[in-house]
Amino acid sequence: MTRTTSRIGAWIAMIVGSLYFLLPLAATFLFSLKMRRDALSFDAYKVVLTDPQFQATFGYSTLMAVLTIVSGIVLVAPTAFWIQLKLPRLRAVVEFITLLPLVIPAIVIVFGYLKMYNSSAWLPLTAHERSTDFLLVASYVTLSLPYLYRSIDTGLRAVDVRGLTEAAQSLGAGWGGILLKVILPNVKSAILSGAFLTFAVVIGEFTMASLLSRPAFGPYLQLIGANRAYEPAALAIIAFLVTWASMGLIQVFARNGRAKRKAA
Amino acid sequence: MAITDTVDEPAAVSGGTRPRAGQFLTWLGVAPFMIFALLFLILPTAQLMVGAFQDAQGHFTLNNIARLFTDDILSAYWISFKVSFVSAATGAVLGLILALAAIQGGLPAWVRPTLMTFSGVASNFAGVPLAFAFLATLGRIGLLTALLRQYLDFDLYGTGFSILSFTGLTLTYLYFQIPLMVLIIAPAIDGMKTEWREACESLGGSGWYFWWHVALPILFPSILGSALLLFANAFGAVATAYALTGSSLNIVPILLFAQIRGDVLHDQNLGYALALGMIVVTGLSNAGYIWLRARTERGRA
Repeated sequence: MTRTTSRIGAWIAMIVGSLYFLLPLAATFLFSLKMRRDALSFDAYKVVLTDPQFQATFGYSTLMAVLTIVSGIVLVAPTAFWIQLKLPRLRAVVEFITLLPLVIPAIVIVFGYLKMYNSSAWLPLTAHERSTDFLLVASYVTLSLPYLYRSIDTGLRAVDVRGLTEAAQSLGAGWGGILLKVILPNVKSAILSGAFLTFAVVIGEFTMASLLSRPAFGPYLQLIGANRAYEPAALAIIAFLVTWASMGLIQVFARNGRAKRKAA
Repeated sequence: MAITDTVDEPAAVSGGTRPRAGQFLTWLGVAPFMIFALLFLILPTAQLMVGAFQDAQGHFTLNNIARLFTDDILSAYWISFKVSFVSAATGAVLGLILALAAIQGGLPAWVRPTLMTFSGVASNFAGVPLAFAFLATLGRIGLLTALLRQYLDFDLYGTGFSILSFTGLTLTYLYFQIPLMVLIIAPAIDGMKTEWREACESLGGSGWYFWWHVALPILFPSILGSALLLFANAFGAVATAYALTGSSLNIVPILLFAQIRGDVLHDQNLGYALALGMIVVTGLSNAGYIWLRARTERGRA
């Protein structure tokens, strides 16, 4: 096998791969335009976007995603910082815990919630709507732990946490000030990548929201899929664009972070 | 569990009051995270695992586990295993080929970052929307199905194919399995040094010889480990399968979903045993992944 034939093989692999990945997207897009019998139109999108249910569930899931991101960062960033600075021997344990959500399927975790927090339990979180929302956010934070912890931990490793902390302390800063004004700005791009990945995972999440009976975007998608023909295709395209936008923003911030580090 | 032990430890540490108080404060720093993990990850899962060994009155029993070995449930595990296995094995091979082509294939420089970004998107484009996309493409009135009938006079559904079947589900899972493989295996491919290939060539080894006797044995633990991760990934997936097939395909996550929703097994504790079985399967394959990864990292050091 010479270099040229291997290059031809590489091209073939790429082209076949692209076909597999782009064909469903193209077909879904075309399908979504065929709601009118005689002509291509964006009618399916119009129907979907003006559906009050769409707006309500998308809004709800966006709110849940934002709450998840904020509470996730508040929980993970100080922990990762503290592990790095004071408790490096706990690193393996914490890392193991953050990887558990990849091992324990989401459906098992939510099943556990329903057993542990049902209306007759010691802490009946599923008894009220607001407390179920809280449980949903907690479940999303759990789901996003692997992504969030890894990206923040990698970001922290790239800066001199100890040096920065000691410098800030010698200038009289408290822990809150150190975290907010010294550490956070230094790992901003890592935190943002984690945040957008979390957003992409949470926005259309189905299992948790459905089993906790919350009016989220994922269960709405499923409901539309079971009852309509063209709208699901339009929704799939919208969902793909949302995922794409989240990932694109990650790339932008990652590049900015690298550029800044290089300039420094 | 080990976690509570480590949190309690400072109280047991002997010494003066000052360092003890200081150390207590140090451990307090990770308390919020530990409490969160305990309440929303470890205890709920542990409760299920305990419930799997209890009857409705809370007495210890192995009956639930024994009842997993009935035809209905065994067949659900078997179909789940097959879908996960085929999609993981195919995804691993195809993902490896794509990653090799992009990284080592001598393609233009823009190919690799494009593939990586797209893989990031596609590996997260799972769940309900993915099912919609495949229904719109290969469903009974899907666009590709229609085009094949119209232009090539080929009746896809006449061949026995259905997107709602085992094949259909596997084909759909590949849409996130292949990109995931590309993302996990890329670092391992980057780790292969060009000197190895040059050394092989200067000793008269052909391209095939290099791939078969040098590259593949080096990459093999990474490939196997990644495939195990893909397996666990597919085994726990609910949303894609549920949106695609409804309850028509009898796989474990869907059976469990139906059980939680409407108690189809008429026995809560059997549901816990079902969940335990899932954790055992995904746990074993993840443990295999971690073990293989540790081995490769040690080999590289």
